[in-house]
Amino acid sequence: MTFGRGLKPLSIATAVLLTGAFALVFFYAPNDADQGFVQKIFYLHVPLALVALGGFVAGGFYGLRFLRKGDRADDLRSYVVIHQSVILGVGVLATGMIWAKASWGHWWVWDEPTLVAFLIVFLLYACYWPLRFSIEDPERQARYAAVFAVIAGAFVPLNFAAVRFAQEAVTHPRVLDQSGGAMPGDMRLTFLLALAAMVCLIVTLCKFELTAKHARIRLRALRRRLAGDEPALRSSAPTTV
Amino acid sequence: MPALPLDDAGPYVAAAYLIFLGLVLVYVAIMASKVARLGRDIEELSELVDDADIEREPGRAREPA
Repeated sequence: MTFGRGLKPLSIATAVLLTGAFALVFFYAPNDADQGFVQKIFYLHVPLALVALGGFVAGGFYGLRFLRKGDRADDLRSYVVIHQSVILGVGVLATGMIWAKASWGHWWVWDEPTLVAFLIVFLLYACYWPLRFSIEDPERQARYAAVFAVIAGAFVPLNFAAVRFAQEAVTHPRVLDQSGGAMPGDMRLTFLLALAAMVCLIVTLCKFELTAKHARIRLRALRRRLAGDEPALRSSAPTTV
Repeated sequence: MPALPLDDAGPYVAAAYLIFLGLVLVYVAIMASKVARLGRDIEELSELVDDADIEREPGRAREPA
């Protein structure tokens, strides 16, 4: 299995896309009529949030695949994509708080359901590691982590759908509605490029981590094999002082 | 709230983008250190394999890393 296949071109594509997206954000997309320059945070915050949430759902998908097929590579994929999504989730919370402070005058608004829903999802996934590493048996660890990933992954869209259906009047702006957030063409193009760049970023980082983790697992297995062979090898060796 | 003027909005926007870049850079730095450790482990393991080969065939020279 080669997790690292195509990593180099993907990394280059990600760097190019991110640079291009940020260039469009600052030199092409117009300032928002309502919020002004501070709305530029939107092109970072929203793609990060969508990719992080998509990553949580993908973690559930790989968890489900592991439960069905028992392939440890799917467990590794589920673990890595959840890890990446939590890291991006930190970015979502940080950029969201900065945007909230600039737009609303507060770092956090507790009666805003979208914010609290994301925080709940983030805290839920923060429990993934304590759960996973509290189990020593690797088989049980993978199985329990996969069950968690599937349940939490299903909870993510349900949580946000519930927030959307329950709340008519919200402070948090909507992007994914039928009018597409009523964005003009140049803003929409910039947003879509930023979203593509973030998708490429998470895929690249996942591949990078998967490659490193897979190599470490194989190295550990080789070391164990070598340690197992060592007594036999040493016994046949001449004794020297 | 009314839109912030550019002078006031600039630091917020800069902070958001710098936090994102910082997050990615910190992650890449941590992963790079892990990959470097992996490289050292591979070298150590290949030395062990070479030693085992030499013990099996005493005339054999150590292969370059």
